[in-house]
Amino acid sequence: MKKAKLTAIIAPALVTAALFSVTAALAQGAKLSDNAIKIGVLTDLSGVYSELSGPGSVKAAQMAADDFMATNAAYKGKVQVIGVDHQNKADVASNKAAEMIDRQNVDVLMDLPTSSAALAASEVAKGKKIPVMVVTGGTTALTNEKCSKYTFHYAYDNFMLANGTGTAVTKRGGNSWYIIYPNYAFGQDLDRQMTAAIKENGGKLVTPSDATPFPNTDFSSYLLKAQSLKPKIFGTMQAGNDLVNVVKQYNEFGLKKQGIGLGIGLLFETDVAALGQDAYAGALATVPWYWNLDQRSRDWTAKFEKAFGKKPTWAQAGVYSATMTYLQAVSRAKSDNGDAVVKALEGYRFSDFFARSAYIRPQDHRVTLDVYTVQVKAKAQAKEAGDIFTKVATIPSAKAFAPVAETKCKF
Amino acid sequence: MNTQLLLIQVFNGLVNGAFYALLSLGLAVIFGMLRIVNFMHGALYMLGAFTAFALGQAFGLGFWPALILAPLIVGVLGMVLERTLLSRLYGLEPSYNLLLTFGLTLLTQDLVKQVMLSQFAVSSAPYTTPEVLTGVVNLGFVVFPKYRLFVIALTLVICLVTWFVIEKTRVGAIIRASTENPSVTRAFGIDVSKWVTGVFGVGVGLAGLAGVLAAPIYSVEPYMGAELIITTFAVVVIGGLGSILGSVVTGFAVGVLAAVGAAIYPPIANTLVFVLMAIVLLVRPSGLFGLPEGTR
Repeated sequence: MKKAKLTAIIAPALVTAALFSVTAALAQGAKLSDNAIKIGVLTDLSGVYSELSGPGSVKAAQMAADDFMATNAAYKGKVQVIGVDHQNKADVASNKAAEMIDRQNVDVLMDLPTSSAALAASEVAKGKKIPVMVVTGGTTALTNEKCSKYTFHYAYDNFMLANGTGTAVTKRGGNSWYIIYPNYAFGQDLDRQMTAAIKENGGKLVTPSDATPFPNTDFSSYLLKAQSLKPKIFGTMQAGNDLVNVVKQYNEFGLKKQGIGLGIGLLFETDVAALGQDAYAGALATVPWYWNLDQRSRDWTAKFEKAFGKKPTWAQAGVYSATMTYLQAVSRAKSDNGDAVVKALEGYRFSDFFARSAYIRPQDHRVTLDVYTVQVKAKAQAKEAGDIFTKVATIPSAKAFAPVAETKCKF
Repeated sequence: MNTQLLLIQVFNGLVNGAFYALLSLGLAVIFGMLRIVNFMHGALYMLGAFTAFALGQAFGLGFWPALILAPLIVGVLGMVLERTLLSRLYGLEPSYNLLLTFGLTLLTQDLVKQVMLSQFAVSSAPYTTPEVLTGVVNLGFVVFPKYRLFVIALTLVICLVTWFVIEKTRVGAIIRASTENPSVTRAFGIDVSKWVTGVFGVGVGLAGLAGVLAAPIYSVEPYMGAELIITTFAVVVIGGLGSILGSVVTGFAVGVLAAVGAAIYPPIANTLVFVLMAIVLLVRPSGLFGLPEGTR
């Protein structure tokens, strides 16, 4: 009897040890180009998105590299991170991507805020067979007509934002909308998908959506229109500075007190910080993650804050997760060769502090994960600094993104 | 679009009109007196807003002190620039000072961007409406923010005062004489270049003031003046280069037209002013209120 117990303990231990030595041996035999894995974070280091991604994204990628090396002895000292500025311009992103791959031997490109820059870098990397993990760029074109065998779309996209917020808000009774959107690809895309999600859930638009000039500072005409039309929800698809202007003036015109709620297409923690959370209180948006989602997220946030001095945005947390997912694929493929890594990533299922129930679709390289519709808390309800979101709904991984049957992607 | 909606938008257009009027007033004064096409005007408007924000962050000064201080700071900076740089280009082609002021614009925008990111860690600065003016007033036909009403009122007062000073006082007479005929004015023992510097300072001070007024309404960021300056130039051209009355009336009119346009057909809001400019230039090349060169 005692013997059996002992065996029960020892056998698994032995198997684990054996497996461990095997994996260690395998890692030793991993084929790495120039004997290093080089991660190129191509992001906005100085412009409008530098706060929400930028240096914080580079730091997050570095943390992922350090954590990976600490747990995978065979790769100790072999992972490097380079941060490069693409200035949110497609042509600069193209040139920098080519330069990083050709001259610095970068093995993967990360982050890529601004849709046009993400598409441009993806195109360059495709020709050179280098994987790309787009985190902060949002266009659904990346997994549709402009998809690439080497590009993966992490964290979020425009469909997820619109579908999440449109559905959740309409279901909660916010079933009559007036939407304004900035008149360029991103805004038009978001408006189309938001409208579809509202109608699908039995809601209606009180008037056709209005396209606003981009960029634009004064939104008073539209707010006055909302005042007289009295929709339950005023939907804004603006981003960055335009969004800040919309929300500033939404408050100024006292729409909230007149019973007109606020639905936001794309919301980052930094947008909330720009005006203070009371300006946004009650507004609804959809995010892939936020720092105090649960204990696991808090633990990671504490590490990031110690390293960077600020709480992470969901884009920065996404870069950590994407970098880690990439590195684990390298270790599974035992190579940093683009084709081998792509093979290791396709169809992979995983869960980490950021991406829950995540799955990498082989058909279009959309990385699906659980996402959350959140409501901004009033300052008085915040329990601690940076406590800005309350979870309203969790949208499961399989439902959060456009169905795979609808993709226009052909590799 | 019913009459009430139309009325609401006309009223709302007066707010944007107020900013156009304040900015084009400064431009008109500067151009009328000094023949300088000041492309920096938009950047100085942004500096006014940014100074108000920085004064609040660094010294805890609220909106009211900033409303006095920021235009003064911007005005003094303008005078320094006029003395050190612009004055060297008098007598040259106007395109030279256009290039100079355009270069200074780019420089100012990037400097402010760097300072914002490095000192305040924001790419757009929060600025709150003064306590007294928060909230809305129900005017019967529209519920309107108090602060915006204040902007319209204050702008009207400033425009009237400026017009009065230039048209009805001795100071105005000296300024007008200095621009009309500098050599004769000098013969009367008046130091023309000092007056020129002063006028430039007041002109850009008005831009700074517009910036402070804009801070609670629009997001304070390095490029907030870039688009506005284009519209403002169009306003100045429509009103008649150098005409004070023209710039003020046109400023308000363009604001109203753009607001009504945005409500009826949004895409036209930003192009309307240029269409108007084209028509006016075809019919009256010197602008609505401008006098043809040589008849002044």
